[in-house]
Amino acid sequence: MDDLDRRLINRLQLGLPLVRQPWKVLAEELESSSDELLDRLHLLLEDGVLTRFGPMFDIERLGGAFTLAALTVPEERFEDVAEQLQALPEVAHNYRREHPWNMWFVLGCATQQRLSDTLHHIETLTGLPLLNLPKEETYHVGLYFPV
Amino acid sequence: MQPGLNAKQALALRRHLEGGLPRVPRPYQSLAERINADENQVLAQMHQWHEQGLFRRIGLVLNHRALGFTANAMLVLDVPDALIDEVGQRLGRAPGITLCYQRPRRLPQWHYNLFCMVHGRQRDQVEAQIQALLKEHLLDDLPHELLFSTHAFKQCGGRFAPLPTGAPPRG
Repeated sequence: MDDLDRRLINRLQLGLPLVRQPWKVLAEELESSSDELLDRLHLLLEDGVLTRFGPMFDIERLGGAFTLAALTVPEERFEDVAEQLQALPEVAHNYRREHPWNMWFVLGCATQQRLSDTLHHIETLTGLPLLNLPKEETYHVGLYFPV
Repeated sequence: MQPGLNAKQALALRRHLEGGLPRVPRPYQSLAERINADENQVLAQMHQWHEQGLFRRIGLVLNHRALGFTANAMLVLDVPDALIDEVGQRLGRAPGITLCYQRPRRLPQWHYNLFCMVHGRQRDQVEAQIQALLKEHLLDDLPHELLFSTHAFKQCGGRFAPLPTGAPPRG
């Protein structure tokens, strides 16, 4: 990653202008060319530095239901349970954390009903009690993360 | 302005956008071709969704780990209910906090109701940063814990839920 990559990432975090030829606008701002910026973006996505580029739809406004959940997984079962969760399309991401509640994941479903069904399903599947921690209030959503 | 897309085209557009914006010089032209519309209609629809708050920006999802931000911590605090909004807003504005949410306590297993995410390059740095932050805001007496992540399982980037069908845009 060089300076232009960083400037591109920082600029794109503010949003691509909603115009017919957005890359032309960015190329002028960053003193580069549309082709160069598009090539850079391809590579950053391919290398896994970025995992998505596009409109960030507010999934809750689209009618979905979401929660943060946690499990206490015995050490010897950790990988197996992680695999069980990975197989579920409702699990958006999953982190191991240093805590007695050692597995933390986000669930996203189309409806509230589907979400509570999925929570029950995970409890049955793993035989482990689950912490269900849906968001009650948003104080801040990171908009900008300078790199 | 040209009327936007019909409901079927709008839904098709949204589905195409699930995979991201086409990475070409004229992305809306490319999308228009795929849904049998014209570039202006697609742009108008995008503006409408933007104004309605369906999306805030055409942006990025960063892989913090790949960028070297491997010390990812979740700070959880037990904040008295009467103070939660004030504390949440203050911590949410603090530098280094990328997300800040109120979530329910689940007694007796779980005592914390405020959740903040902090990303840093080094663990001791993140620890020091959080200690300083809590001190500065006179919150270091509140029960709190720092949960560092040690492994991220495969994430699916941005596709959290199937889009509801039959939900044409308002307006």
